[in-house]
Amino acid sequence: MRGPRVAVLGAGIVGAACARELARAGLPVTVLERGGPAAATTAHGEGNVLVSDKGPGPELALARLSLALWPRILDEIAERRPETARAVEWDPKGGIVVAATDEGARELERFAAGQRAAGVTAEPLDASGLADAEPHLTRDVAAAVHYPQDAQVQPAAAAAALLADALDAGAELRTRCEVLGPVTRSGRLAAVRTSQGTVEADAFVNAAGPWSGGLAARLGAPVDVRPRRGEVLVTAPLPPTVFHKVYDADYVGAVGSDAEDLRASAVVEATRAGTVLIGSSRRRVGFDDRLRPEVLSVIAAKALRLFPCLDGVPVMRAYGGFRPYVPDHLPIIGPDPRLPGLWHATGHEGAGIGLAPGTARLLADLLLGRTPPLDPAPFRADRPAALGDPSPTGGAA
Amino acid sequence: MSADARRHVVVVGAGPAGLAAASAALRAGARVTLLDAAERPGGQYHRTPPEEFAAAHPERLHRGWRTFDRVRRHVLTHPRCAWWPESAVWALERPDPGEERPPRVHVVRGPADGAGRRRHVLDPDALVLAPGAHDRVLPFPGWDLPGVYTAGAAQALAKGERLVVGDQVVIAGSGPFLLPVAESLLEAGSRVVEVLEANPAGTVLRGWGRRPWELASYTGKLAELAEYAALLARHRVPYRCGRAVVEARGDGRVEEVVTARLRPDWSVVPGSERTVPVDAVCVSHGFTPQLELPVAAGCALRRPDPASPAEAFVEVDGDQRTTSPGVYAAGEITGIAGAPAARTEGLIAGWAAGGGAPDAPELVPLRRRRDRDRAFAERLAAAHPVGAAWHGWLRPDTVVCRCEGTAYGALRRAAGEPAGSSARAVKLTTRAGLGPCQARVCGPTVARLLAAGGTPEAAAAEGLPSATPHHRPLAQPVRLGELARRPHTEQEREH
Ligand SMILES: Cc1cc2nc3c(=O)[nH]c(=O)nc-3n(C[C@H](O)[C@H](O)[C@H](O)COP(=O)(O)OP(=O)(O)OC[C@H]3O[C@@H](n4cnc5c(N)ncnc54)[C@H](O)[C@@H]3O)c2cc1C
Repeated sequence: MRGPRVAVLGAGIVGAACARELARAGLPVTVLERGGPAAATTAHGEGNVLVSDKGPGPELALARLSLALWPRILDEIAERRPETARAVEWDPKGGIVVAATDEGARELERFAAGQRAAGVTAEPLDASGLADAEPHLTRDVAAAVHYPQDAQVQPAAAAAALLADALDAGAELRTRCEVLGPVTRSGRLAAVRTSQGTVEADAFVNAAGPWSGGLAARLGAPVDVRPRRGEVLVTAPLPPTVFHKVYDADYVGAVGSDAEDLRASAVVEATRAGTVLIGSSRRRVGFDDRLRPEVLSVIAAKALRLFPCLDGVPVMRAYGGFRPYVPDHLPIIGPDPRLPGLWHATGHEGAGIGLAPGTARLLADLLLGRTPPLDPAPFRADRPAALGDPSPTGGAA
Repeated sequence: MSADARRHVVVVGAGPAGLAAASAALRAGARVTLLDAAERPGGQYHRTPPEEFAAAHPERLHRGWRTFDRVRRHVLTHPRCAWWPESAVWALERPDPGEERPPRVHVVRGPADGAGRRRHVLDPDALVLAPGAHDRVLPFPGWDLPGVYTAGAAQALAKGERLVVGDQVVIAGSGPFLLPVAESLLEAGSRVVEVLEANPAGTVLRGWGRRPWELASYTGKLAELAEYAALLARHRVPYRCGRAVVEARGDGRVEEVVTARLRPDWSVVPGSERTVPVDAVCVSHGFTPQLELPVAAGCALRRPDPASPAEAFVEVDGDQRTTSPGVYAAGEITGIAGAPAARTEGLIAGWAAGGGAPDAPELVPLRRRRDRDRAFAERLAAAHPVGAAWHGWLRPDTVVCRCEGTAYGALRRAAGEPAGSSARAVKLTTRAGLGPCQARVCGPTVARLLAAGGTPEAAAAEGLPSATPHHRPLAQPVRLGELARRPHTEQEREH
């Protein structure tokens, strides 16, 4: 293998996707993971691969690229490891967004029109179309839009498949290996100190999810990635009741919102095992992982507004994680001009599963000097929001 | 002092430990809410037969019945005690860091299978956790056949419903609990073919015989053992050490078991297999403490055996105080030591939780007894360990997680794949432990299997839940509708 040696820091889905892309391009790759692979944020969220929740702009461009890449990557993996690819449970089941109020309906229709102009398939559903698509959904709906491109994966299995494919291509994985600090040589990040000794490389990719801010600070080039708490409810297995990802239009608001306090919107979807996942909340509470029953209560109430028939269904489990977010709600992808040798692939908030393949492609193209398929500028590491600029234009208010 | 100005103690679990804690907290002057998911107090140990059957002489079936009955009456009829049956604690909500109060207790009340359960929230001054333990059963080929019972379930049927699980029964596993199970079955009219203790006599005797000079203080326990021995002899039931049921077979239901001799590490001695016709098997490999509530309350756990991190108990001080402010623990969650020990711990915990004087003279003998019982628990653990090579009798198609049907081979395959080898990823891809019982049954087994294979867990880090298989923030299932509706707060208290 030739080319720069790359160390990927973190084996979540973003690190796994980057490792795969770089190893498949022939680079020598080492993945350094503090615990075990795919065990952190990636294993504590949902697996939506969505275009429906994104308005026109750079994130939608990245989402469309990723959506195109996902099935191609899984086909490639399936050729080598059919079982591994199957476990990913890729399911392009489509999403349905509903608005309950007339005002919400107008907002949803305006949003969908903008998406259509940007190339997203967004089909308005009338009452009978909606009843056919989701027979158990409330009839009390002012508007509904069908997004046939929305898909779903089992996120931990997806990350494991990407990483397995990276390892097959020659990448090396070191678990229980925490990155502790930098070794710089003439202003360049030349190695990292880890709990298992020093690791040298030519490029280091910070893919530490919600811990990326802390890791970048340890390495001497802080970026403003913060945790945003999210909780999900899991029901007991049910006979088929929910057929698409169904969510209320508030979700779109919650994703882009800046409110410090609780935002919750119902995203209701069935898994292959028959359980129904009901997400999710968005709260800024640092790394506080205490269970808040009133938060679960809000999620439950919102889900019941969509599917009143779920009233008597037992919730077996609740879990949560911390979405890694940047105050301007865009990921950071690319080199860090302050510290040559350091790269970032982080800050994907509630969309890192879906955006992982596009992120990896963009990063690899930049690292290898190829022309990326989309404009990397909005994701650059030295934009004000990523650097923690408190000015309003920096968005970190 | 008005009733409401008194210290309010919430006791979770109305088994021997919880009842004792409630009675001591009442004696200390506190107001008590005692709650249990079951309809009646008693827990696993004092299973009250349904009224229709109780007319006979329940004391014949229950050791220590009279004490239990006295305490039960004192507590349930006490004017300062609210008894909440069929009340499940589904969540504990920890206060902000630095706030020195116990977590808020979220309860659903009403029959578990009925509609119309209601949500309640309690804000106690102290919380006593006494949720007990449940049976631990290690899997073996055929353990999912009808006719294979956990020893606890068989005993519950015998004691509670007076039902006989079979006419030709083998009792197998490890630990002293095999003996009372044999007793219950014999008294209910079953024929017990044999009782098999997996640990060889050497291990058992070494464990029991440690520091023999201390044994004198266990005369009660030894007398109990002698009674069991006499009972088995009277019924001509052999008690064999170093043998285990390594397979159950049958067409749609158990018809025979294969037993085999085990080495001290529980590996099977080749050629020692024997086939025994049966119509039921009762298995017990000790108990798993119900740790989800202490974990949710933020209590530190202690792990007596560094080699098996899944094995954990709540860490307590001399007053049964946990590391979490205002939270006390009593009974099996602090160590498996049996009902009398649980009762003693409950008395100490309840007294302290109720604000009783720390230097009350009654505490001196209680503490001494508790310390002795703890030492006894250690003796039990040493005498009846789970051998490290137990999984040797599993086959690739042996189901490990019964809720999800996850087989041993699938677990091994997933754990052997470096890219998906973290315990969390293995569980998510094999679905082991994700079913309705939420890993209560298979969690420790899976953790043991993965630890034996060297699977890395998520690193302990800020923002990552603890890697224990007891992490279950939703401690009990709640219906979506129950969750969505507003809870009753304490002001609307019902008695
Ligand atoms: C409730 C919830 C629901 C979600 N739903 C969706 C969804 O439907 N669709 C979607 O696309 N996204 C969703 N997300 C978001 C998604 O889970 C994340 O964006 C994504 O998992 C982030 O992946 P990551 O690889 O960046 O981070 P992680 O998965 O957290 O991986 C980072 C890794 O870095 C390691 N690490 C950290 N520090 C160090 C160090 N110093 N040294 C070595 N290793 C280190 C960590 O151990 C970890 O394994 C959801 C998130 C939550 C919380």
